[in-house]
Amino acid sequence: MRLNVNGRDYLVNDVDGSTPLLWVLRDHLGLRGTKYGCGIAQCGACTVHLNGEPVRSCTLPVSAAVGKQVTTIEGLAGPDGTLHVLQKAWIEHDVSQCGYCQAGQLMSAAALLKSKPRPTDADIDAAMAGNLCRCGTYLRIRKAIHAAARELNEETTS
Amino acid sequence: MSEVAAPVAATDAYVREILDAAIAQARRARLDRRTFFKVAGLAGAGLVLAFHVGERNVAYAKDGAGAFAPNAFLRISPDGTILIYSKAPEIGQGIKTALPLIVAEELDADWSHVRVEQAPIDPAIYGRQSAGGSRSIPTAWDQLRKAGASARAMLVAAAAKEWNVDTSECRTANSVVYHDASNRKLTYAELASKAAALPVPDEKTLKLKERKDYKLLGTRVSGVDNHAIVTGQAVFGIDHVVPNMRYAVFEKCPAVGGKVAEANLDEIRRMPGVVDAFIVAGTGQAHEVRAGVAIIASSTWAALTAKRALKVKWDESDASKDSWSKAVAQARELAKQEGAEILKTAGDYDRALASGKVVEAFYSYPFVAHAPMEPQNCTAWFHDGGIELWAPTQTPEAGLNAVARVLGLPPEKVTVHQLRAGGGFGRRLINDFMCEAAVIAKQAGVPIKLVWTREDDMRHDFYRVGGFHSFKGVVDASGKLIAWGDHFITFTADGKNPTSGGGLSPDEFPAQLVPNVRVTQTKLPLKVPTGPWRAPGSCALAFAIQSFIHECAVAANRDHLEFLLEILGEPRWLQPGNEFALNTGRAATVIKLAAEKAGWGKPLPKGRGLGLAFHFSHAGHFAEVAEVSVDANKKLRVHKVTVAGDIGPIINLSGAENQVEGSVIDGFSTAMGLELDIENGRVAQTNFDRYPLLRIAHAPEVEVHFIQSDFPPTGVGEPALPPVAPAICNAIYNAIGHRVRTLPLTREGFTLA
Ligand code: FES
Ligand code: FES
Repeated sequence: MRLNVNGRDYLVNDVDGSTPLLWVLRDHLGLRGTKYGCGIAQCGACTVHLNGEPVRSCTLPVSAAVGKQVTTIEGLAGPDGTLHVLQKAWIEHDVSQCGYCQAGQLMSAAALLKSKPRPTDADIDAAMAGNLCRCGTYLRIRKAIHAAARELNEETTS
Repeated sequence: MSEVAAPVAATDAYVREILDAAIAQARRARLDRRTFFKVAGLAGAGLVLAFHVGERNVAYAKDGAGAFAPNAFLRISPDGTILIYSKAPEIGQGIKTALPLIVAEELDADWSHVRVEQAPIDPAIYGRQSAGGSRSIPTAWDQLRKAGASARAMLVAAAAKEWNVDTSECRTANSVVYHDASNRKLTYAELASKAAALPVPDEKTLKLKERKDYKLLGTRVSGVDNHAIVTGQAVFGIDHVVPNMRYAVFEKCPAVGGKVAEANLDEIRRMPGVVDAFIVAGTGQAHEVRAGVAIIASSTWAALTAKRALKVKWDESDASKDSWSKAVAQARELAKQEGAEILKTAGDYDRALASGKVVEAFYSYPFVAHAPMEPQNCTAWFHDGGIELWAPTQTPEAGLNAVARVLGLPPEKVTVHQLRAGGGFGRRLINDFMCEAAVIAKQAGVPIKLVWTREDDMRHDFYRVGGFHSFKGVVDASGKLIAWGDHFITFTADGKNPTSGGGLSPDEFPAQLVPNVRVTQTKLPLKVPTGPWRAPGSCALAFAIQSFIHECAVAANRDHLEFLLEILGEPRWLQPGNEFALNTGRAATVIKLAAEKAGWGKPLPKGRGLGLAFHFSHAGHFAEVAEVSVDANKKLRVHKVTVAGDIGPIINLSGAENQVEGSVIDGFSTAMGLELDIENGRVAQTNFDRYPLLRIAHAPEVEVHFIQSDFPPTGVGEPALPPVAPAICNAIYNAIGHRVRTLPLTREGFTLA
């Protein structure tokens, strides 16, 4: 089967179509930035984008990704390595503790900023509700999203 | 499939080479602990310097490539890069940034020149290399300051020699040595190879900085792995791969102690992608290897699919039949009397009971799981008569020894590579996952990555033990707390000692501060394994004790703040001479600060309240004030928690604040809705659908204030957590007059607003 991940085409053999996308990314494509946390769409650690929409890859059969564009944390920065405004804000606000949930947090936040470039606290609550952080970095996640949104809006207005 | 060798390998090779030589030399020289020495021509390359900087610590240098590596913690290259090794496991506590900052401060390094790598696991070189008890900072403080200071002294000596001036005329800043009188300077890069040729200074001549002169310590520094984390490049335990690796899962009996009677192994072996399936007898010890069925497959999903199809008949004759509901009922009965075992008596407790107002209450808190975001996992490869493991552990050295014991190998045949851990919270102090991986890898004959499912992680944890307190407090006519009684009901695994995490120190607050005391104990039998959970003991005790102190204050009709300060009394150390013990002055300072910053006493609308709690643990003094609202339907909102803490000097302010914010959220999350129903030895909550960790919408604002003191520093992964639950519960009382005596709050009908 053919997969498009981070703008690259992959030919994946010997994988049953019912295999969750998460494990194909991790085991077959070597893209291990996307994490396993629960396997039942409860924690958000496995969040990736499917045609720009956030999905939980632990419960999404890989067959559902065929013919669509998958973006993982490895593809969030530009091809030349330029960080996404959220990644910059995450570093600036020293968001991470263990860091294990953060790929999923960033992917959910990136999808939010695409649909709502000026998110309110309520927008953040709704968009980030599916992402658990056991270390409790929520306050910094919120601050970093607001900061990234400000930066984005400055870029577009200036 | 693309397989990339882990970047740790190169580091290991380099460090191992110089360290092996150092150990050999140290053994030969039979060194005094504090001796510095210099040897030439070791390992066939240039000059080598080795010295002890503190306990059991051989440090090292060689100038083979013109680099200056004065000890095992740092290397300065002629291109100016300063490589600092962080010796402790990174589990989210930020130690990989904090430890190098200590070295860099004394070195006067420009932080932008610093690159940090995880040190190899070799306690003979590095001393303690575990992450637990908030002890990484205090145990490494002197060692790392001296490592930085001695390197700095050598760089200064090299510059002074170059300029033919006295070292006392030189100063350093941002990786540069200056001689102001002649307006000359040399960078550390320029000095690196020259410094390597100089003698190591006598440790006694090193002058460590005073806190007022710190440039890095106490500032906010972004974590050294942040770039790797946000780009998905950080390698956690679960991400490690080795060539030709297979994937393993391990099914164990949901009740500890169960053994495999039979399993449909033939069927499993025929499933697609399955390479092998076999029964593991186990060692009979939950902290090593439990009995179960291992499945080896060509991918994680093939292994997980086979695990789901696995049918095991368990022999549960020796398995746990533990029941939480029965324990609760028993404890309620037992609470009517005092315990048979006396932990502490002081004064005339019985007389005190008759000479004031007696307050009585029964408190309980449940078992909880660690549930780190990264489930347990370990990669293991048995080859050449030994085993190599890649583990996200908190205690690599203990893990190494446990694996050696389980496999019957000498410890030299076991190599442990430390990997970043997706959360610890105490779970990864116990290395059962390493032992399992070792046993499975040995039998499989190929390298394997063992991955636990979330369900495995929740079912086979070493839980925070539940417990019960039947309190009596007496307040006299003047409103003073004159007696303290606690019948503590806990659990025991061996029939003798309280189970891990379930002990109560006879001196637990406030037993040393009240004139008449009787603390007794009863232990219920338990098979379910328990273990340290973030601020072990304290994480539960503080809720019960600090809530009951508030009850006594209310009964005495006193302001809680004033009542608490009165209990503490005059500023003093409770164990004179022990700077890691409770100091009532430090305690009073943080209590007053938290109260002041939170606006203690300010008028609040109906249904809104402030609650105060203090707790001392892990050498950290913490007071917290929670501000909550509760409506008529017991919908609870925690608006804000104001924290004041004294942990000595702060290493990384951003990291410390992050730990406190996380502790508050963890404390609230756990108090709000986390509990395990254990019946027939099994936990009912096996994934996040039934174990509701707090989500972003309910995270309270957290305001952090540190007293920066000159006491020795302590870690801050734990001590900010214990006061959270009692502060919230006391605030609930002040808001609506409802006293919370059972956790989690959902048990008392509260829900999140
Ligand atoms: S692993 Fe997919 S939501 Fe948890
Ligand atoms: S940073 Fe550890 S789980 Fe979020």
